Amino acid sequence: MKIATLCGMGFGTSMILKLTIEDIFKAEGIKGHQVIPWDLGSFKGQSVDLVVAPTDMEHHLQGTDFKVVYIKNLVDKAEISEKVIHALKELEDLT
Amino acid sequence: MNEEKNVHAVSLGDLIIEDHVAVKVQTTGWEDAVIQAGKLLVNTNIVEESYVEAMISTIKDLGPYCVIAPGIALPHARPEDGVRQSGFSLITLEQAVEFGNTANDPVDIVIGFAAIDKTSHILALREVATLLGDDDFIQHIRSQKTKSELIQLIKTQRTKL
Repeated sequence: MKIATLCGMGFGTSMILKLTIEDIFKAEGIKGHQVIPWDLGSFKGQSVDLVVAPTDMEHHLQGTDFKVVYIKNLVDKAEISEKVIHALKELEDLT
Repeated sequence: MNEEKNVHAVSLGDLIIEDHVAVKVQTTGWEDAVIQAGKLLVNTNIVEESYVEAMISTIKDLGPYCVIAPGIALPHARPEDGVRQSGFSLITLEQAVEFGNTANDPVDIVIGFAAIDKTSHILALREVATLLGDDDFIQHIRSQKTKSELIQLIKTQRTKL
């Protein structure tokens, strides 16, 4: 799966999310996913399987077709792990 | 001697200087809190003053998503907004302030962050994310009363990573 983490600039908040997700995948032995940080200016028109974004960015994503999970605490591995892995399972069940 | 940071990957070691931390800072609100954290980076020539203004306008324009965890804000702007070197500052606030974040307000720890480009800070950011994910460590940060105690705490915690 191709997963994008989103923030305004693509190297700060989204990078923290990307690093945390990669840490989780490593710890859980989950392989085969690509995690890329995105910024608001360039994500439109792109194609990914899943977008992971901070809760407060919800209004930026309204009206898009992406499957999105919203994260409240961006350094809480438990929250991120539960939401991201759950979303990936849903996506895999569809295919 | 600071010139080297321009070309090398930065680590959180950049955070651990006394000039980049302050404890129990008095502020008038979230903007002032960002200014106080940003000022520490201006004073040591990490960023230009325009960068601090950009940190504030970023929050106004894009929203307060820089409040990344309960009570913790990581305000930043773009490399081209006036960054001279990558660096971090960390302040704790005497009184928590509202950034307008739905999940993580109020904020009493502000980490000013400047990146010279989009990649060389990743190592440091990984350290920051790992440190901030430790609730006990965050509680200890909040309880420190002096700069030197705070720096010692961060140094000790880093060795555990």
